[in-house]
Amino acid sequence: MISFSISKTMDTAQGKALLDVACEIRQGELVTIYGESGAGKTTILRALAGLLQPEKGYIVINGHEWLDTAKRINIAPQKRNVGFVFQDYALFPNMTVRGNLEYALRKGQAAKIVDELTEVMELQQLQTRYPGKLSGGQKQRVALARALVRQPTLLLLDEPLSALGSEMRYRLQDHILQAHKHYGLTTILVSHDVPEVFKMSDKVFVLEQGKIIRQGTPQAVFFGAEAKDVFRFMGDILDINKSGEIYSLTVLVYGNIVHVATTEEAVRNLKHGDHVMLSSETFHPLITKM
Amino acid sequence: MIDLQPFWITFQLALITTALLFVIAIPLAYWLAHSKSKFKSIIETLVSMPLVLPPSVLGFYFLVAFGPSHGLGQFIEHYFNTRLVFSFGGLVVASVIYSLPFMVHPIQSGFSGLSPYLKEASYSLGKSRMDTLRHVLLPNIKASLLTGIVLTFAHTIGEFGVVLMIGGNIPGQTRVASIAIYDEVEAMNYHSANVYAGILFAVTFVILLTVYFVNHRYAITKRL
Repeated sequence: MISFSISKTMDTAQGKALLDVACEIRQGELVTIYGESGAGKTTILRALAGLLQPEKGYIVINGHEWLDTAKRINIAPQKRNVGFVFQDYALFPNMTVRGNLEYALRKGQAAKIVDELTEVMELQQLQTRYPGKLSGGQKQRVALARALVRQPTLLLLDEPLSALGSEMRYRLQDHILQAHKHYGLTTILVSHDVPEVFKMSDKVFVLEQGKIIRQGTPQAVFFGAEAKDVFRFMGDILDINKSGEIYSLTVLVYGNIVHVATTEEAVRNLKHGDHVMLSSETFHPLITKM
Repeated sequence: MIDLQPFWITFQLALITTALLFVIAIPLAYWLAHSKSKFKSIIETLVSMPLVLPPSVLGFYFLVAFGPSHGLGQFIEHYFNTRLVFSFGGLVVASVIYSLPFMVHPIQSGFSGLSPYLKEASYSLGKSRMDTLRHVLLPNIKASLLTGIVLTFAHTIGEFGVVLMIGGNIPGQTRVASIAIYDEVEAMNYHSANVYAGILFAVTFVILLTVYFVNHRYAITKRL
């Protein structure tokens, strides 16, 4: 069980804001922290990793205290055993792919894990390359593999997929899920992408201006009790057209373009670029703005 | 026959100064690049002072401070049994301070230019600050380190005012090449002065050319 309570003043684009959150996460769960940029998602991860110190709070990981400001306990990041995948990957440019993974080994730890991760993350062909010569998706896989070398108790992923194209994104989501299950990790993923939250997580915490405003399964959090639909997709509106009395929406759903016919009433609050959920109650499509 | 000893002393001085400064500048530059202390501006100013102060000002203060009539000079003489004025040791100490910004500035900007995540990634992989510095930070600022080393070396070769003030012109001890030139000109030996000057010109040109050449290649390989 992981439980923490963190209180920290953040400098955001809108000025000072207070991050004040408390969470409990069961071992082996994959949870996402969802929210707009500036909400404090990254700050939570950095506090868990020990890269910044909250003004007040505690972090207890499986009975071990990593932080307790009241007792003046603050374990150094080196001793926390977290795997951290940074948004810009933070691969060491002076080391090859293999060198990056080997650097992460503990003193005396067998290099077998490096071979294994190289295989799991499909990095065999890239071992002797330097990070400067890798694509975004390749870098991401290296960063993920490197974070797993020490077999961390807690895996922290700071929007590692946000810079990637959609196809690469889906593949890497699978990689993360696979690693999460295979190594029995407890994983916290920061994301501002609803489809990703649905695909990846057991539980989601919605963060708004430094506070957790909702939490639960993605289903319950995003759709509430009214979800009793037959099918459901998330998408982005590309275009809204009127032909006669009928409105036609063009929506991008997982890389596919979908046309939906709907009524004037349904499109009233929608505009180009809106993030929507398409669902259906037996032959009756519904569009809900997210 | 041209006396080559001034060159020997010059390069010895430049080499020792550069080696000492390399060791001193790395922690100092690291601190300046990462610190949020309110004293940072003061330290930065002090480090940069030799860039703008006339060398004779620095030389004058060294002369006074290290002289046997002053507390510091007496202290050094008493405990280290050495006198820093008009000696090679004094030249080294003065050069280290005089060339400090030439080593600190490139290294500091090298550190500042690195993504802060590199350091944090290394920490979260369980590596100490020292390991992180040695295996991650320093190898990624090689170009800055090289620039610092070469600029310091070249700048120490070019010293005149400070050296003259604190070292004087003792053949075989403190008479460096730049002073030998001055000396020859004073004695109207234009031919010798010309040879000394020509050699200094050529050496510094080659040194600086090497830096720019190597750094351009670093920049190109980095982009790949």
